[in-house]
Amino acid sequence: MLTLEGIRLTRGDFTLSADFQLAAGSRTAVIGPSGAGKSTLFDIIAGFAAPDTGRVLWQGRDLTRTAPAGRPMSLLFQDNNLFPHLSLYQNVALGISPALKLSDADKARVQQAITRAGLSGLEARKPGALSGGQQGRAALARALLSARPLVMLDEPFSALGPALKSDMLRLLEEVLEETGAAMLMITHSPEDALAIAPQTIVVTDGRVCPPAETRALLADPPPDLKAYLG
Amino acid sequence: MAERAFKVSHLAGAASAALLLALSFGTLGAVVWRAEAGQALGPADWAAIRFTLLQASLSAALSVALAVPVARALARRNFPGRALLLTLLGAPFILPVIVAVLGLLAVFGRSGVLAIALGWLGLPPVQIYGLHGVVLGHVFFNLPLATRLILQAWLEIPAERFRLAASLGAGPGDIQRLLEWPMLRAVVPGAFLVIFLISMTSFAVALTLGGGPRGTTVELAIYQAFRFDFDLGHAALLAVVQFTLAGAAALVAFWVAVPGAIGAGLDRRVERWDSRTGALRAQDLAVLVAVTLFLALPLVMIAWRGAAGFVALPLGVYEAALRSVGVALVSAAICLVMSLSMALMIAQLRGRGAGRVIEGLGYVTIAASPLVIGTGLFIVIFPLADPVALALPITALVNAATSLPFALRVLVPAVQQVEAAHGRLADVLGMTGWARLRLFLIPRLRRPIGFSAGLAAALSMGDLGVIALFADPGSATLPLALYRLMAAYRMDQAAGAALLLLGLSLMLFWLFDRGGRIDADA
Repeated sequence: MLTLEGIRLTRGDFTLSADFQLAAGSRTAVIGPSGAGKSTLFDIIAGFAAPDTGRVLWQGRDLTRTAPAGRPMSLLFQDNNLFPHLSLYQNVALGISPALKLSDADKARVQQAITRAGLSGLEARKPGALSGGQQGRAALARALLSARPLVMLDEPFSALGPALKSDMLRLLEEVLEETGAAMLMITHSPEDALAIAPQTIVVTDGRVCPPAETRALLADPPPDLKAYLG
Repeated sequence: MAERAFKVSHLAGAASAALLLALSFGTLGAVVWRAEAGQALGPADWAAIRFTLLQASLSAALSVALAVPVARALARRNFPGRALLLTLLGAPFILPVIVAVLGLLAVFGRSGVLAIALGWLGLPPVQIYGLHGVVLGHVFFNLPLATRLILQAWLEIPAERFRLAASLGAGPGDIQRLLEWPMLRAVVPGAFLVIFLISMTSFAVALTLGGGPRGTTVELAIYQAFRFDFDLGHAALLAVVQFTLAGAAALVAFWVAVPGAIGAGLDRRVERWDSRTGALRAQDLAVLVAVTLFLALPLVMIAWRGAAGFVALPLGVYEAALRSVGVALVSAAICLVMSLSMALMIAQLRGRGAGRVIEGLGYVTIAASPLVIGTGLFIVIFPLADPVALALPITALVNAATSLPFALRVLVPAVQQVEAAHGRLADVLGMTGWARLRLFLIPRLRRPIGFSAGLAAALSMGDLGVIALFADPGSATLPLALYRLMAAYRMDQAAGAALLLLGLSLMLFWLFDRGGRIDADA
């Protein structure tokens, strides 16, 4: 269970406050206008920004001062999820060993994850020679491999077309089912939220609302969200 | 991050900074300690100070004044060969000073092209040695630098403003007043100071084209006190003078915003509607032809005369060339380790006081004179070992320190850019320490690393500074061997050696720069 306890972070005249819990294995969308604080919220959970006050807890363990790599999550960014100078195989294998020191058993697992993501045969290619969809799959293969209990995604599919996007959502769902991981996904699209996240967190003006049921929320949005959705 | 472990250890960066501190200020300490307090500056020393300031002022003023029309012509004209001319403007940076001097002598010297042309007109040849020569040499090296700095500022004027001016019917005079003067007022003082500083601390030009009681700079006086009189106390006193002068100029330069020296994006051009008249076209054409001749002719003369002398080079020259390549490679390696570790430290401490101090320290050596460092090192080493036996390692080390500011200029922004793009990914994956360096930073930084190493190798290859203080004939580098050939008036062999030196410098730069580009995934 992820707990944000009395979090406050002030940067200039912007203040983010958050106080909520996510159950293990839950799937949550984060939605809200640009500049409302979605990315700052992610930075605090992932360990890229330290809150002024409050604590981030995982299963009761205080993570507030833990470096990003020591936290129980894998992250998918909007882009730059792969190192351009490493092969697809190496990029995926980083999910097991950040120094790429792999045992034979590790190598078999890397290969398995690549196959699972439908990327067999492309192991030696560098990201520049992969399509956008294949790059996304490689990042998901790495998340599958590292099997952390929370997968966080920051608008991961915003650059993909509709068909590719639903393809990726399906693979994401498979990864989550196999690892039993919880998911937290920033998105601009209510359809994505409906498709994969039973609950949604609305962020407006630095205020982070506790998770609410996605379907009900979108059917009858509060004024702030209504203004954003148009 | 509140209490996270360092991504890459700061040990190497801190050690590099400490070494740099010891080289620039530690050696100064030794020099001050050795500079006998009772000794006063003699009339010759005062003359050297006056000459240093005079030649540096003239060099900077002329370089900047001549650069303005060249930059303007480059900013508003598009012509075939423009890219080539821009490359030519970048070349003096890695051109060995002694090679350029030989080329300038072949054009402006007593038996040079200009003297021959004047002879046809029945005029006497121009005198190159002394103030003229020193200023000429400095303008040759710094006119291109000034042009690049000013051109950059010109191209940073938003194109919309020129369009607006054109739509308002502004003529060339109006545009000068409205757009160009304010830009020049902002960029010219910085450019002047940089060149003033470079001309003040330059040694090889003064050594080869200056000399005599009326053409001696402080740097040259240090060398003479050291080498000819072996008066270490006097050399140290002059070194203190030199450090004070350069330090004062550097302080002013840091106070006035100094423009960035290595800029990209000069391949753009400003669309202009006011400069389509024939007279202005002719003016720009004349300026561009003149500057191309001024820069290219000495190089052409080196190639032409050198090709003839190349075959008759004594064996000693090849031995010196081998030593020089060795020194250049070691120096490039030292410079790279120091600058990369410092750049990583600066990027990680970004925005904090410590980071800025380290960065400032990296630029100190721009003002530090190699001869002052050399004198200090001699004083420190003399009681312990034979400095002459250590001439080559010392040269490699001092050259690395001299190249460091340029490497930092390239590497610091590159590290910041690379960390901004993929740093978080590496953080999340737990890539720290050696794994981060090996799998992430070094591969991503290949191009800037190759470029910096090429720069450091070429600068070291062509350097004639510290080595002149220390070396005996058995340990001369190629630039020193070339200087000795010139001093012995064996001009054909000197030209051959110059061609060899030029070729080796360009080749080293090309190899490193190319090595960084090949197979580099963008």
